[in-house]
Amino acid sequence: MIKKILIPRFLDEVAPRFDLATEAIIITLSRENRLEEQRTVVLPQASSEKLCHLILTENINTVICGAIEEEFYQFLKWKKIIVCDSVAGPFKEALARYMEHTLKPGDILWERQIEGRHV
Amino acid sequence: MTTIPSPLITELLTPGIDFTRMFSDIPVGIAVLDLDHRIVFINQTFEAMTGYSLPEAYGFPCRTILRSRACIQNCPARNSKKKSRPHSFENDIINRDRQNIPVRMTLAPIHDKEGNPVGFVETLEDMRMIKELHVKKSHAYSFADIVGRSPQLERVFQTLPVLAQSDASILITGETGTGKDLVAEAIHQTSNRASGPFIKINCGALPETLLESEIFGHQKGAFTGAVENKPGRFRLAHNGTIFLTEIGDLPLALQVKLLTFLDDKVIFPLGSTQGFKVNVRMIAATHRDLEQMVRDKRFRQDLLFRLNVARIHLPPLRKRDGDVRLLLDHFLNNFSSQMDKTIQGFSSKALNILTEYAYPGNIRELRNIVEYAANIANEPVIGPEHLPAYLTEQATDRASADEDSLPYERNNTDVENNGGPTPAPVSLPKTWALAERDMIMEALIQAKGKKNQAAETLGWGRSTLWRKMKHYGLDQ
Repeated sequence: MIKKILIPRFLDEVAPRFDLATEAIIITLSRENRLEEQRTVVLPQASSEKLCHLILTENINTVICGAIEEEFYQFLKWKKIIVCDSVAGPFKEALARYMEHTLKPGDILWERQIEGRHV
Repeated sequence: MTTIPSPLITELLTPGIDFTRMFSDIPVGIAVLDLDHRIVFINQTFEAMTGYSLPEAYGFPCRTILRSRACIQNCPARNSKKKSRPHSFENDIINRDRQNIPVRMTLAPIHDKEGNPVGFVETLEDMRMIKELHVKKSHAYSFADIVGRSPQLERVFQTLPVLAQSDASILITGETGTGKDLVAEAIHQTSNRASGPFIKINCGALPETLLESEIFGHQKGAFTGAVENKPGRFRLAHNGTIFLTEIGDLPLALQVKLLTFLDDKVIFPLGSTQGFKVNVRMIAATHRDLEQMVRDKRFRQDLLFRLNVARIHLPPLRKRDGDVRLLLDHFLNNFSSQMDKTIQGFSSKALNILTEYAYPGNIRELRNIVEYAANIANEPVIGPEHLPAYLTEQATDRASADEDSLPYERNNTDVENNGGPTPAPVSLPKTWALAERDMIMEALIQAKGKKNQAAETLGWGRSTLWRKMKHYGLDQ
């Protein structure tokens, strides 16, 4: 089955907040789990409602996002959309992990560092 | 594996001061960040507000854990002008439970002995109560959010401030919809623990195994999937209040553990041999008859004795003389201002129906009826035609129906005389929920299944409609 994934984006990372994202990446994966298409959608303004509308009109199967309010999380779940929330880190890595089937809700993909040193 | 340092503050007092302990009990969220805004330390209040523990947050960028509006829009730590001096501003965060919490944040730089910046300290104050103050301020006949002027509620109002000032465990009983949660929160907010956390646990909402880990926490490796230490709700409520709602649904095994805690105020997280001393005030609530449950051996008598230090029984609405009218006006004012409508009041016919009704769902049901009427009415006065159909249809034969549908009314007379428990409410043949469900179905049929159109007909937003459809299982 072809899969469509949406990742709200902030700079090069998964947007920390779903409701404040003004950009989203829509990725299409082939039946063989290969990346077929990747495009960026710029939203006129940040809004959970508008992002949900985009998710529905684009027939997205999976949303990978950061913090999302319960109301919108439940709405997307109700629409049978898989929501992998509380993900933090570079969106490319989030996508790569999703394609490897190792991404889980709550995953933080940054390295732990204090004062520039790995901890 | 990440090792979290437990630093000492030296040179302040002769013995070194444990930095973590010093900040753990302060009722304001505190985080220490390095110059790259990576989390070095967070205190217990910060953990409770964000839902992330220190081991989970250590070394990660602040925005990953805090998830505030400012992180995206105007992080003061990134602004060169603002980052050199303390900066305080209002903001909001979305925590791990997906709740949006209004907060006041303060970010201040920290310096070494030579005055070089070495990081930041960030504080987080929960503004939920303050934000709601404009609604709460100076309500006559009210205590916090509880409105009423009946002698029955007056007695409760007199007791609440006294009980709030004590540190005794409180058991709140009352039928569903009588405001047990509101009372618990009001007690916390007017107590000396108001600046501490108010942590609510619904004992009926989680399976037994999860509930134990949720309430008491667990040690890393205690069971499969326990990859981090979890502090548990009791530790998060330290110096605050813990509210156990639906205590009657607490499994027997956990009742024993709770009993042990009430005796020595020490909690033992799952899989840990080390206990933690916790200073919390306990408030429990239930709509069940705990005495009967004790007799049925479903609730421990010794736990009941310990919880029942002070008991507040909230009278059902039908026993609160004159409060129905007060609440009708109160909620109508609230809803009409929320909906930007200019509804002046109820017609005399509508008032007759509303004041005669028995409200088995108590204030929750009354509020829903008013919300429905305020939604439907396009005129300045609410008439019977704006009320849910089940009220007007049953108006004629209500007298006899009431006799059949309210068996607990007779029991409650005894209950209130001896200050005993509230029996469980019975399920009613026709309820507001049922009427609302029918209304949604009707609107959907009329709109030929188009939810947008149905929502418009009902005067609701799309999200309200889907939420209610989900609630009534109409989304299948």
